[in-house]
Amino acid sequence: MARAVSLRRRTITTAAAWLIGFLIFFPILWTVITSFKTELEAFSTPPKFLFFEWTTENYGIVQERSNYLRFVSNSLILSIGSTLVALLFAIPAAWAMAFAPAKRTKDLLMWMLSTKMMPPVGALIPVYLIFRDLGLLDSRGGLIVVLFLLNLPIIVWMLYTYFKEIPGEILEAARMDGASLWKELVYVLAPMAVPGIASTLLLNVILAWNEAFWTLNLTTSAAAPLTAFIASYSSPEGLFWAKLSAASTMAIAPILVLGWFAQKQLVRGLTFGAVK
Amino acid sequence: MGTIVLKDVQKRFGDVTIIPNANLAIKNGEFVVFVGPSGCGKSTLLRLIAGLEDVTAGEIIIDGSNAAQLPPAKRGLSMVFQSYALYPHMSVRNNIAFGLKMAGQPKAEIDAKVAKAAQVLNLTDYLDRRPRQLSGGQRQRVAIGRAIVRQPKAFLFDEPLSNLDAALRVNMRIEIMQLHQSLGATMIYVTHDQVEAMTMADRIVVLNKGNIEQVGSPLELYNNPDSLFVAGFIGSPKMNFISDDIAAKHGAKTIGVRPEHMALSDKSGEWEGTIALAEHLGADTFLHVDAGPAGRLTVRAAGEYRQGPGSKIWLTPEKGRIHRFDDKGRAMRNAA
Repeated sequence: MARAVSLRRRTITTAAAWLIGFLIFFPILWTVITSFKTELEAFSTPPKFLFFEWTTENYGIVQERSNYLRFVSNSLILSIGSTLVALLFAIPAAWAMAFAPAKRTKDLLMWMLSTKMMPPVGALIPVYLIFRDLGLLDSRGGLIVVLFLLNLPIIVWMLYTYFKEIPGEILEAARMDGASLWKELVYVLAPMAVPGIASTLLLNVILAWNEAFWTLNLTTSAAAPLTAFIASYSSPEGLFWAKLSAASTMAIAPILVLGWFAQKQLVRGLTFGAVK
Repeated sequence: MGTIVLKDVQKRFGDVTIIPNANLAIKNGEFVVFVGPSGCGKSTLLRLIAGLEDVTAGEIIIDGSNAAQLPPAKRGLSMVFQSYALYPHMSVRNNIAFGLKMAGQPKAEIDAKVAKAAQVLNLTDYLDRRPRQLSGGQRQRVAIGRAIVRQPKAFLFDEPLSNLDAALRVNMRIEIMQLHQSLGATMIYVTHDQVEAMTMADRIVVLNKGNIEQVGSPLELYNNPDSLFVAGFIGSPKMNFISDDIAAKHGAKTIGVRPEHMALSDKSGEWEGTIALAEHLGADTFLHVDAGPAGRLTVRAAGEYRQGPGSKIWLTPEKGRIHRFDDKGRAMRNAA
């Protein structure tokens, strides 16, 4: 039964919700606004909110100084590449764990997730040395491997929870109907799991896109993605707030657009398939 | 053809034995019901026959050849699941046709077979709908349609009616029985509902803790149960069991009398008691009687019984309707 809510109460809670939403959104808004200021105005106290001379010169300078498209293509290759490789391993793994669980499947899943609890910096030096010795530093291939391994536990977990929702009897029915394992996967499982696989893919592309620790530490230029592009504007020669903001805006724009169009799938992805 | 023979079939999951040793022969065209309480292994036995579980040991002989190692599809059997297990992303038409498509049959033939099955099951108007747009009974019919188009050697039903409401269950029960008559195919049907078992079966297989307790026609089980377990499981309301002195007088450890096999009198009889509770069903009245040393007994009275709770009553078991059991719970047949 719906609870009766007085108009006043509803007004207050609505206002509070908008306020909290605005607070969370504010840093991004501020970054975007700052990107349209001159360097001087970006530093001014008190800060100017909307009434300043709007300029797009920062975008021009940023585009001149660094090849934005190269960073974008690196980001695309790394995030999509690592997610696709991960799916290749995660789909069969999640499949096996969801439909043919063994005694320790749950433990295995917990253990996989627990690897995400270790601070990545703890593994930086060994990974860096391995990369150096194998000549993988600043290579896209090497980074794809790192990002793929980094997100694999989450991808397996997400797919596992999605697959778990599919009743085993439907797959058994397909087996009784004479479907081979391959046909069972293609005609029965895949169509039923498409929403789950899609939101897993989407969320992990975003995670990989935003990943900054490894991408910053293991690249210099050739394989550098947008995270390195942003970081390059907080350089030792001094901070350039306006240009940094312009670079950040350009870096988050593609993923923001992607996220906007895929909101529904993302929410479902973030709840790990717990909500129908 | 559809004969199925189980020979020393065993099933263990790790250290847990589900089916210790099952032997059974099912004739072509027979309607066999596996019945027993939950956890008795009836569904496992069906899944072993289907090939959805592997036997630990033993043979499953379908039409004369051992199929125990064959995958489900190669056994030529169809199964109807408790949850219907329809493919949610396919239309009714494609659900029914899926098995034929997997078998690589030509499209014209598939269409003809689907149309015929749909007609038999009254699904013609629903062929283009998705399963979620159907009622429970219609979904069940789609599941049956999917089973019949493949013209299997035998049909396996795993508690197919337990998700339906009571009225629909009775209708579907009749539909399945009519289907059996018109197809003449072997059917194995799993249920925990002894009423379904009694009404549908040619032969009932009663399972208890993975063991086959007794196999027989419904009336054989009703009239001559082999054990206390079968006696208690078959028949509704349950058979009354009386032990101690009264049983000893009949030369048994326990005697059993069905509620419908006792004569009632308000003047005299073998056992004296007081009515504790009366359940009025219209056609029958079930009286729960506290009968002293015999304990609480259930008795059926035809029609409306005029005496209510608190009244004195005498009960007399019908001659030849007393079931005697020894100290191991096995039936004692000679002399009653």
